Amino acid sequence: MSKVDLNKETGPREVFCGLTSIVWLHRRMPDAFFLVVGSRTCAHLIQSAAGVMIFAEPRFGTAILEEKDLAGLADAHEELDRVVNDLISRRPEIKTLFLVGSCPSEVIKLDLATVAEKLNSRFLGQVRFVNYSGSGIETTFTQGEDGALKALVPLMESTDDEKLLLVGTLANNVEDRFKKIFNNIGITNVESFPPRQSTELPKIGKNTKVLLAQPYLSDTVRDLKHRGCEIIQAPFPLGVEGSTKWVLAAAAAFKINELKVHEVIAPLANRARQAIEKHKEILRGKKLFLLPESQLEISLARFLHNECEMELIEVGTPYLNRDLMEEELNLLPDDTKIVEGQHVEKQLDRVRASNPDLVVCGMGLANPLEAEGISTKWSIEMVFSPIHGIDQAADLAGLFSRPLTRNQILTSKSLATH
Amino acid sequence: MELTLWTYEGPPHVGAMRVASSMKDIHYVLHAPQGDTYADLLFTMIERRGQRPPVTYTTFQARDLGGDTAELVKRNITEAVERFKPKTLLVGESCTAELIQDQPGALAKGMGFDIPIVNLELPAYSKKENWGASETFYQIIRTLLKDKVNDIEKINPKRWMSLGRRPKVNILGPTLLGFRCRDDVIEIQRILSEQGIDTNVVAPLGSSPDDIARLTDADINICLYHEIAETSCEWLKRNCGMEYTTTIPIGIKNTINFINEVHEKLDLPLTNQEELEHKSKLPWYSKSVDSNYLTGKRVFIFGDGTHAIAAAKIAKDELGFEVVGLGTYSREMARQVRAAAKELNIEALITNSYLEVEDAMKKASPELVLGTQMERHSAKRLGIPCSVISTPMHVQDVPARYSPQMGWEGANVIFDDWVHPLMMGLEEHLIDMFKHDFEFVDGHQSHLGHTATKGPENKEDEHARGNNSIQKKGTVIWTDSGRAELTKVPFFVRGKVKSNTEKYALSKGLPEISDETLYDAKAHFG
Repeated sequence: MSKVDLNKETGPREVFCGLTSIVWLHRRMPDAFFLVVGSRTCAHLIQSAAGVMIFAEPRFGTAILEEKDLAGLADAHEELDRVVNDLISRRPEIKTLFLVGSCPSEVIKLDLATVAEKLNSRFLGQVRFVNYSGSGIETTFTQGEDGALKALVPLMESTDDEKLLLVGTLANNVEDRFKKIFNNIGITNVESFPPRQSTELPKIGKNTKVLLAQPYLSDTVRDLKHRGCEIIQAPFPLGVEGSTKWVLAAAAAFKINELKVHEVIAPLANRARQAIEKHKEILRGKKLFLLPESQLEISLARFLHNECEMELIEVGTPYLNRDLMEEELNLLPDDTKIVEGQHVEKQLDRVRASNPDLVVCGMGLANPLEAEGISTKWSIEMVFSPIHGIDQAADLAGLFSRPLTRNQILTSKSLATH
Repeated sequence: MELTLWTYEGPPHVGAMRVASSMKDIHYVLHAPQGDTYADLLFTMIERRGQRPPVTYTTFQARDLGGDTAELVKRNITEAVERFKPKTLLVGESCTAELIQDQPGALAKGMGFDIPIVNLELPAYSKKENWGASETFYQIIRTLLKDKVNDIEKINPKRWMSLGRRPKVNILGPTLLGFRCRDDVIEIQRILSEQGIDTNVVAPLGSSPDDIARLTDADINICLYHEIAETSCEWLKRNCGMEYTTTIPIGIKNTINFINEVHEKLDLPLTNQEELEHKSKLPWYSKSVDSNYLTGKRVFIFGDGTHAIAAAKIAKDELGFEVVGLGTYSREMARQVRAAAKELNIEALITNSYLEVEDAMKKASPELVLGTQMERHSAKRLGIPCSVISTPMHVQDVPARYSPQMGWEGANVIFDDWVHPLMMGLEEHLIDMFKHDFEFVDGHQSHLGHTATKGPENKEDEHARGNNSIQKKGTVIWTDSGRAELTKVPFFVRGKVKSNTEKYALSKGLPEISDETLYDAKAHFG
C-alpha cells in the first residue's frame, strides 16, 4: 500500500445526510416510492436538494411527525399505517415502498422494520415494503444508497449462475456502455444492482462476482458477501485509469485474457486521453483541495492527479473504508493527506492557508469561498452527472476545468466582490 | 403525521437562521445533526450570499447519544464564541435535538460568557419557518431591551417635535429569503425621506445587536411584514408604548394609505398628498387604452398572508381583474386572508398542500396565477401564465436589478411582472389561432414549451374525444358541427362561450352540443 497520510478529524460538519440519496435513487427505480418518516426539516432538506417543484408529484415524500406522534409510539405506528394507505391508494402504480428512517424517527425508536413487515403481509402481491435509515446521525449523503441497497439484499433470490453484478447506481447510458464493453470482452451475463425496475432484482449466489461501481457501499458489500458473492477488488471506474483497471479486474475474475481486454479498451482509452488533453492543459499543476461529502473524493483525487496532473493538497472524505479503498489508496501519490471526518472551521482555515486553485465542496460553502476569491466545484454534481467510465473521463475532467476557465474569461476578480 | 410531498415553509429553526443571517455580529449555535447543514445552501445558493450563515451545527451522531451530548454542545459553544466573537449568541436546537432534551440554551447561560445569550425554544413538531423567524426576532429584541424598557418613559410618537428633530422610525421585518425585502427597504426609506422622516434602524436585515439596543430611539415602528415583525412590534408597544403601522405599502392605494398612517401616528402634516397619485406609472398604465383587455381577467392568488392580501387588492382595485381564488399557507394570517376573500365574495383557501392549491387553481380556471414558485410550476403544467409574488422562492426571484414590491417603484414592477405574462398568454392564443395560416412558421416556439401550443381547452377536447364512449355524468358531448362552430368564436371569448354553452346544455338536459345549441346558448345568456 502506498504511504498515504491518513488523518481523522471530528467537529462541526457541513455534509448532507443519507436522505439526500433518495434524489438519485428514485430516478433509478421509477416504480419505487421513498417515504421518509421524519420531521419538517427532512422534507425541507430533500426538496431543497432535489428541485422537487419540477415534478407534478414526486416519487418521494415525508410523513411528518407531529407532537401527538411523539407522545405515544403505538399511535405513531397507526398514523404511519394511515399515511401509507392513503399513499398507496393515491399512487397505485408503486411497486416498492421504501420506509426511510430519519434522525427523529431513530431517536424515538420508531420500529420501521415491524411496520414494514405488517404492511408486507397486508399488501402481499401488490406493494413490497422495505425499510432503511437515511438518518444524519448514522449516515452521510451517499451512505443512504448503501442503506437502501442493503435493505434489498434479503429480497434477492438465490442462483448458482455465473454472472457479473455491477453494484451502485449508474446513469442508464453509462450502464449500457459498460455492459457493451463487458460483452465485447466476453462477459455476457452482466446485471446491475439497483436494477431499473425495483421488482426486477438480480438473483445472487456463490457464482456472482460483484464489481462495485460506487465506493460508498460498505454495508451492502458485507451482506452480499454473506450471500456467497465474490467481491472483485478494484479501483473505481472514474477516469481512464480507474475504468481500465476496473474492467481488467472483472476480466481477471472471469479468467479472460488481459490482451483481449486491452484490444477492446485501447481505442476507447486513446480517444478518451486525447479528449482529456485540453482539460489537462488547464488543470496541470493546479492545487486541489477536496472537502468531504460523497466518498467519491479519493477516486476523484486519484483521477485528477494521475490523469490531469493536479497537485493534491488535502483529500477529505466523510468516511473511509480501507478495505474497499485499498486499490485506490495504492494509486495515490505517497504522502497524500487524507482526512476522514470533518471540523469544518479548521478545514476552512487550512483551505485558506494553502491557497488552492480549486476547492471541491458542498453548495453551502461554494459561493462563500468564491467570494473570498477561491474557485470551487460543487460536489453534488458528481452524483447527478454521468461521470463513470472511459467515455465520460473527459466530461469528468471538464467539470473541474470549467470553473478555472471561467475565472480566466472573467479575468478580473474584482467583478465578484461582495 | 402528515404526508408531505413538498412544503411551503421549512422548520422553525430555518426561520431563526433567516434572522441570524440577516444580522451582523451575531452567531447561532444550533444543536443539530449534520444533515441540517443543508439549510446553508438556501442562503448561499438562492440568495447567492457570499458569506456562510453564522451558524455552528453541533453535529451530534448516533454514537454520541449514549454519551454526553451536553458536553458536545458546550464545546461547540466555546469554540464558536472564541472564533466568531459575536456580540450576541443565539442558542437553540433543531427537531432531533429537541427530542434529546439537552437544553443547550440553559447550558450556554451557565457558561459564564459576558455577552447576551438568547435561548431559542422553537417547537419543531408544531411550528414552522415564519413563526420561527418571528419568535427569534422577538426573543432577540426582548433579551437586548428588557432591562432598558423598565427605565424609559412611554414613547410618545409626537415627541420628535419637542425634541427639535425630524421624526425617526424603525423599519421592522425584512429578512433574507423574504420576498424582495432587500429592495422594499430601499423603496420605503426613499418614500419616508421624501416626507422628511428619518430611518433609525432597519431590522433584522443589516442590523447588529447594537442597533437593536437603540430601537427605542425611534418615535414609531413600521411593521413591514406581519409574519416576521408583528410580535416584536406588539412587545415594543406594550413595554415602551411605541406605536406601529399596520398598512402594508404594496400597491398605489396602500402605499398612500401607509404614508397617511405614518403621518397620522407622528402627527406630521402631509403636504404633498396630490403628488402621491403621480409617483408611480401604474395608475396611468392601467388606465391607458392598451390595458382595456385586462378588464375582468380571472386571477388566482396564493402566497404568504402579506403578499396574497396585497395582491388581491391590487388585482381588483388597481388593475381591474376578477379575483377568482385567494389563499395562503400562512395559518397565522388565515383570519386576515379569510376577511379579504369575503370582501371578494370568494372563499379563502388555507392549506399547506400544493396539490390542493393546484386543484383549486384548475377549478377556478384563471387566466393568470399569482403565487409562489410552486404555483408557477403548477400553472406551467396547466398552461396558465403566472407571476411569482411570494416566498418560497427560487434563485430567479432574487433579481440583480432593483425590483421592489412596495412603494411606487414596487407598483411599477408589479404592473410589468403581472401584465407581461398575460401578454405572453395572449401571444399563445394568437399562435393557437393562426397556426394554420400559411404565413405561420411551424417552428415558432412557445415560451411555455411544447405543452402550451395546445391550450388547456384543446387538451380538454382531446379528453372529451377519448371518453366519448364512457360519458361521465354531468358532461356533454360536442358534435363535430358544434366543435367547428366553437373554433370560429374569437379566441378571447372562446373559453367563456364553451363553458356557458355546456352549462346551458346541462341545464336543458341536452346530451349533445351542436352548432345550433351554441347559438341557443348565446341567445339564452345574451
